Amino acid sequence: MATTTFDLYNLMERDKVLLAFKGTVTSDLLSSVFQIMESKMEDLNDSPATKKKVFNVLVECLQNLYHHIDDFDNDNAIFETSKGDKKSAIFSISRHDDHYNIVTGNFIYPKNVDEITSKITHINSLDRDQLKAYYKEILGNGKLSEKGGGGLGLIDIAKKSRNKLGYSFKEIDKDYSFFTLIVKILKK
Amino acid sequence: MEDLKHEGSAKTPVVEFSSNGELLLKGRSIPENSIEFYKPLIEWLESYSESPNSTTVLSVQLEYFNTSSSKCILDVFKKLESVSGSEITVKWHYEEDDEDMLEAGEDYEAIIDLPFEMIEVEEI
Repeated sequence: MATTTFDLYNLMERDKVLLAFKGTVTSDLLSSVFQIMESKMEDLNDSPATKKKVFNVLVECLQNLYHHIDDFDNDNAIFETSKGDKKSAIFSISRHDDHYNIVTGNFIYPKNVDEITSKITHINSLDRDQLKAYYKEILGNGKLSEKGGGGLGLIDIAKKSRNKLGYSFKEIDKDYSFFTLIVKILKK
Repeated sequence: MEDLKHEGSAKTPVVEFSSNGELLLKGRSIPENSIEFYKPLIEWLESYSESPNSTTVLSVQLEYFNTSSSKCILDVFKKLESVSGSEITVKWHYEEDDEDMLEAGEDYEAIIDLPFEMIEVEEI
């Protein structure tokens, strides 16, 4: 049975979604999303510290998404396939009683699955002090890539969210996998 | 030399670098491409280092910055570190409930060989 708009509405209502988007992630889109989220959060009854942390982590999550999607451009991949636009991504921000969830999903090359897995596994294996030290080490030694943060993004997300990163991969076909990142931020 | 001024935007901070040695970075720094934004700051410091003021104070008053900016801000500190003939201080401001921003300042302090002053403020 086809999913109706009402089903989608109920799903988002159940998951307490504040904002969700599916499509191409551009710099202008992110500017609008940040603006919308800031004004939405202004009206919410959460502490300023919580709002600031959520905004911080959100910026990092969505810019991470933005930079990853860019990667396809450089590789001259064929984006338009029978299964849809591979530059398209999805993200949502939901607000629960004691925490926020930021979820992002995007297509990646299957060859990158192992690298992302080991990176996240490593980050998740570190306790808070180790994570701080790791961040400092990459900040001090790493070189900044042309567009991105030189590998600091996920470390920063884990460090600021004070939580283990949730993630999963779904194999689409031999050319693409779908990567989902779930970040939970406890309210303060 | 001419002062460097940039009005802040939704994604970039206010920049006021004055040849009298008062340097200000204030607001938010979350551009997708931070290298482009920070390039003129690094270049200005390069010229400044040729005849710096006897004292230099960099006042950092950031509300947010992304990881892309964090490397560029480090580059600003490194450039400042290399300025000789000036007594240099970094004033790192953070909002009272923002332990992440305090932590970020402490990270830079550990990496950079300049005196840091941590200043807690109510609101940036």
